[in-house]
Amino acid sequence: MTALAHLGGTPPTTPAAPAPDRRRRHRLLPYLLLLPGAAWLLVFFALPLLQLAAASLYDPAGSLSTGYAMTWAVGNYPDALQAYWPQFLRSFLYSAIALVLALLMGYPLAYAIAQKAGRWKNLLLVAVVAPMFTSFLVRTLAWKTILSDNGALVGLLRDVHLLGPDGRLLATPVAVVLGLTYNFLPFLVLPLYASLERLDPRLLEAASDLYANPLRAFGRVTLPLSMPGLIAGTLLFFIPATGDYINAELLGTPNEYMIGNVIDSAFLVRLDYPQGAALSFLLMAAILAIVFTYLRRAGTEEVL
Amino acid sequence: MAQEAPAGDLRLADVTKRFGVFTAVDDLSLTVPQGSFFALLGASGCGKTTTLRMIAGLEAPTSGRVLLGDRDITGLRPYKRPVNTVFQSYALFPHLDIHENVAFGLRRRGIRKVGEQVERMLALVQLDGYGRRRPAQLSGGQQQRVALARALINHPQMLLLDEPLGALDLKLRRQMQIELKRIQAEVGITFLHVTHDQEEAMWMADTVAVMNAGRIEQLGAPADIYEYPASPFVANFLGQSNLIEAEVSGHDADDLLVTGHGYRFATPLERARSRQGPVWLGVRPEKLHLVADRTRVPDGRNAVSGVLTDICYAGVSTEFLLRTAWGQEMSVFTANNDPDARLVPGVEVTAHWHPRHSFVLPRDDSAGDDADGSATRPGATGGGRADGSPADGGVGVPPQRLEAAT
Amino acid sequence: MRRWLADRWVMGVALLVLGYLTLPILVVAGLSFNRPSSRLSYDFNEFTLDNWARPCATADMCDAVVRSMEIGLIATVVSTVLGTLMAFALVRHGFRGRSGINGLIFLPMATPELVMGTSLLALFVAAGVPQGFWTIVIAHVMFCVSFVVVTVKARLAGMDRRLEEAAMDLYASEWQTFRRITLPLVLPGIVAAALLAFSLSFDDFIITNFNAGTTVTFPMYVWGAAQRGIPPQVNVIGTAMFVIALLLVGASSLRGRRARRAALAVLATPAGKP
Ligand SMILES: Nc1ncnc2c1ncn2[C@@H]1O[C@H](COP(=O)(O)OP(=O)(O)OP(=O)(O)O)[C@@H](O)[C@H]1O
Ligand SMILES: [Mg+2]
Repeated sequence: MTALAHLGGTPPTTPAAPAPDRRRRHRLLPYLLLLPGAAWLLVFFALPLLQLAAASLYDPAGSLSTGYAMTWAVGNYPDALQAYWPQFLRSFLYSAIALVLALLMGYPLAYAIAQKAGRWKNLLLVAVVAPMFTSFLVRTLAWKTILSDNGALVGLLRDVHLLGPDGRLLATPVAVVLGLTYNFLPFLVLPLYASLERLDPRLLEAASDLYANPLRAFGRVTLPLSMPGLIAGTLLFFIPATGDYINAELLGTPNEYMIGNVIDSAFLVRLDYPQGAALSFLLMAAILAIVFTYLRRAGTEEVL
Repeated sequence: MAQEAPAGDLRLADVTKRFGVFTAVDDLSLTVPQGSFFALLGASGCGKTTTLRMIAGLEAPTSGRVLLGDRDITGLRPYKRPVNTVFQSYALFPHLDIHENVAFGLRRRGIRKVGEQVERMLALVQLDGYGRRRPAQLSGGQQQRVALARALINHPQMLLLDEPLGALDLKLRRQMQIELKRIQAEVGITFLHVTHDQEEAMWMADTVAVMNAGRIEQLGAPADIYEYPASPFVANFLGQSNLIEAEVSGHDADDLLVTGHGYRFATPLERARSRQGPVWLGVRPEKLHLVADRTRVPDGRNAVSGVLTDICYAGVSTEFLLRTAWGQEMSVFTANNDPDARLVPGVEVTAHWHPRHSFVLPRDDSAGDDADGSATRPGATGGGRADGSPADGGVGVPPQRLEAAT
Repeated sequence: MRRWLADRWVMGVALLVLGYLTLPILVVAGLSFNRPSSRLSYDFNEFTLDNWARPCATADMCDAVVRSMEIGLIATVVSTVLGTLMAFALVRHGFRGRSGINGLIFLPMATPELVMGTSLLALFVAAGVPQGFWTIVIAHVMFCVSFVVVTVKARLAGMDRRLEEAAMDLYASEWQTFRRITLPLVLPGIVAAALLAFSLSFDDFIITNFNAGTTVTFPMYVWGAAQRGIPPQVNVIGTAMFVIALLLVGASSLRGRRARRAALAVLATPAGKP
C-alpha cells in the first residue's frame, strides 16, 4: 500500500492559528450581545433598588414637595415595622394559607393532566392557562360577583348553615385568601405539570410493584421526582402572592389589608417615601430570606 | 467547491487536539492518498470523530497542520473546504424536508436548479418518493441514507463518513457497503470512513488505520494488517488473536525460536517484530487445528495442549476454548464441515499450527507480569463463557500497557 | 368499586379545581351581557346586548385599551430583542461574569412586583423624570426581559449544535447558517417569548401603577373604575381578550405540530405573572 503514516519524521509542529481578528471578535461578541439587556436591567432594576435603599434612609420629616434630605435615618425601619407589623404578618399568613390550599388543589390537577389525561392533555392544559388569557383585575372583580351577598354561593352556604343568616364571604379574610389562591394557582400548576410530565409512567408501575401501597409509591417515587417543579411552583406562587394587594383591596376591607396596600398608599396617597421604601425593603428582604432558606433546604438553586 | 487548488492527498501533520487536560488526538500524522477508500478503525472514544472534525474544520487542532494537496487548510472555515461529512448522529435539519436537506449544499453554493440532481441522489440511496417528508418521519436507517445523499450530492473532493452505516440492519448495511464502494470507484472521491466494525473496515477499504488512544497503531492494506499485526492491540482489535507470553531463545536459518510456558515455538524471521528478550507469540484462531491425540501432531508444527472448556457453535464455524496448563484461554475456530465427535468439553486436546502462521511482537516486560495476553478480544467473547476475569487468565491486554510495546 | 374510585379520584379533584379556575371567566362572560342595576352593583340584573354593540360607550376605556396595546407592542419588541441576544450569549458563548449575569436575570423574577414598582418610582422621582407613557414602557421592558431570556434560553439549549456544524460543512457561511438553520429552529422559542412578554405587559397593574403618572392603561382604568363603579363594557373587553387568545391557540394547533408546540411552550413556560 502506498498510504504512509509518518510516525515521526514530519515537519515541525506549528500551532494552528486562525485569523486573529476573528478570534478577537469572537471573544468580544458575548459582551456585545449581553450589553443592551444587562445595561437595561442594571439601570432600571438594580439602580432603582439602590435608590430605594437610599430613600428608605431619608429624613422622614421631609416631603415630596420640599425634598428629602439624606440623614441615614435607620430609625425608619423600626418605625415602619412598629406601625404596620399586623399588615406585614398578615401578608405572610394569607399567602401561606393560600399556598397550602393551592398545593392541595394544584398537585392533583397537575398530576391528573400529566399522567391521567391522555388525549385530553392539551385541552386541560389550555383550561389551566385560560384564566391568564384575560385581565387579572377583571377576573378578580368577577369574584366580587361570585362571592356577593346576593349571590348563589352565599345563599347556598346560608341554607346549609355554613354561614349565619347575615354571614358573608365578600369583605372577609376568606375572600382574600380565596382570591390569592385563585390568582396564582396556575403558576404553581404549570412547573409542577412540567416535571410530572417527564415522569415515566413505568416508574410508577415499577414502584407499585416494589412498594405495593400507592401511598408509599407516591412518597418514594412521584413526590421526589416532582420536587424541582414543586419548588419552582411554590416560589412562583409565594413571591407574588405575598406582595399582592389587589385581592385585599378588591375582595377585602382595610381589616384585611396586606403590606402591599400599605406600601401603595405610602407612595401614592400619603407620599411618605421613606416609610414606603423602608417597608418595600423589609418585604423584599423577608421574601429573599425565605426563598433562599427554602432553596438551600430543598437542595437546589437551579429551579427558575 | 469547483475552483479547487490541485487536488491531492490529505495530510495530517503532527496534529494534536486537547480538551482541557485531556488529549483526544495525540500527535497524529497520517496521509490519505487521493482517491483511496480509507478506513479509520478504533475503539469508542479513541478520537476518530475528533480527527474527522479537524479535517472538516469543525474543530481547530491544538497544534499541527491539516493539508489538502499543497494547501494548508488548518485555519480554513468549514464552508470553504471541499470536504463533506456524513455525521455520526445524522444531523439532518428537522425543519426542512428531505428534498431540501439534500439540496442544502447545492443551494448554498448558489445553484438554482437542483430538482433533478436531488431526485437522482435520492434514487441512489433508495429513497425516491420520500422528498416531501420531514426527517422525524423516517426510520433511523432512512435518515442515515439521507445524510449520505446530502453529503454526496456536493461531489466533494473528500467525503468524511462517521459510522454512516451504524443504524442499518445487516442486509441494508451490506447493500449500502456495496453501494458506497461503487460510488467511490465511480466518482473517485477520497473516502475517509470511520467505523467500529472491523469486518466492514476490512471489507470496504483499501487502506485501514487502527487508532488507539489518540494515536495510529498500524496502517496498511487489510490483509497485511490482519496477517501481521503490529501490536497486541491491533492483533486483538482487528479480529482476534491468541497471544502467548514467551522469551526469544535463539534462531535457526529461517526461523526465530521462542520459548513460553515450557513450549518451544518457531516463527519465520520475517514475521518477527522483535528478535530478543520478552515477546508475545501470536496466532489467529482460525489457523489452529485441534487433535485429541497429542502424538498425531505433524512434525514441524507449533503446538499447545490444554483442556476444552467450552464449545460455541456460530453457524459457519465453531469456536473451541482451550484452557492451557497456565490458565490461559485459547480460542480455536474451525469450519463446520466435519465436526469431530471426540471434541467435547473436558477432554484433553492439542492445538497445532504451521510456524508461518505465527507472528512475534515485542513484549514490555514490566507490563507482562500479570497479564498473560490471552486470545480473546474483550467484547468478542461473552455469551456466558467463563472467561474475562483476571483469575481465569482470559484477559485482553489493557491498551495503556501497549503503548510502550509499539 | 374501590379500584374504580382509586383510579378516578385524582381526575375528579382535578376537574373540580379546573372548575374553580374557569368559574370567574364564565362570570366575566356572563356579566358582559348584563345591564347592571346601578354603577356600583356587581350582581346580575338583566340580559342585554348593548355592551357588545357599543363596547366603546365609555371612551376612556377604549383609549386605555389602545394605550395598553401600544405599550405592550413596544415593550414586547424591545424586550424580545434584548432578551434573545442575552440568551444567545448565555447559551452559545463563554465569558467572564456568567454568574453575575445569571443573578441579574434571576433577581427580577424573584423580586415582588411591588418592590420593582416602588424602586423605579423612587429612581424616577430622584432623577426628576416625568412619569408617563415612556416610563411605563421602560418598566415593562425591565420585567419582561428576564422571562424572554428564560424562554429563549430553554429553546436554544435544547437545540443540537451539530445541525449548525452540518450546515457549515455544507457550504453555509456563518450568516447563512444563522439565517437558514439557527433562526428557524429557535423561532418558536422567540415567538413564545414575545407572546409571553406581550401578555405580561398588557396585563400588568402593580408596576404600572407606580410609574404611570397620569397615563391610564387598561388595568389602571379597571382599578380606577372599581372605586367609582365598573362599566359593563370592561367585561366585554375581558371576554374578547379571552376569546382572541383562545382562537390564537386554536389556530396554531390547526397549523400543525410545530406551531402547537410553540403555543404550548408559551403556556407551559414555568414563569409568568398575572
Ligand atoms: N468537546 C469535547 N470536550 C471534551 N472532551 C471531548 C470533546 N469531544 C470529544 N471529547 C473526548 O475526546 C475523546 C475522543 O472523542 P471522539 O468523539 O473523537 O471519539 P470516537 O473515537 O469518535 O468515539 P466513538 O467511536 O464512540 O464515536 C473522547 O474521550 C471524548 O470524551
Ligand atoms: Mg465518533
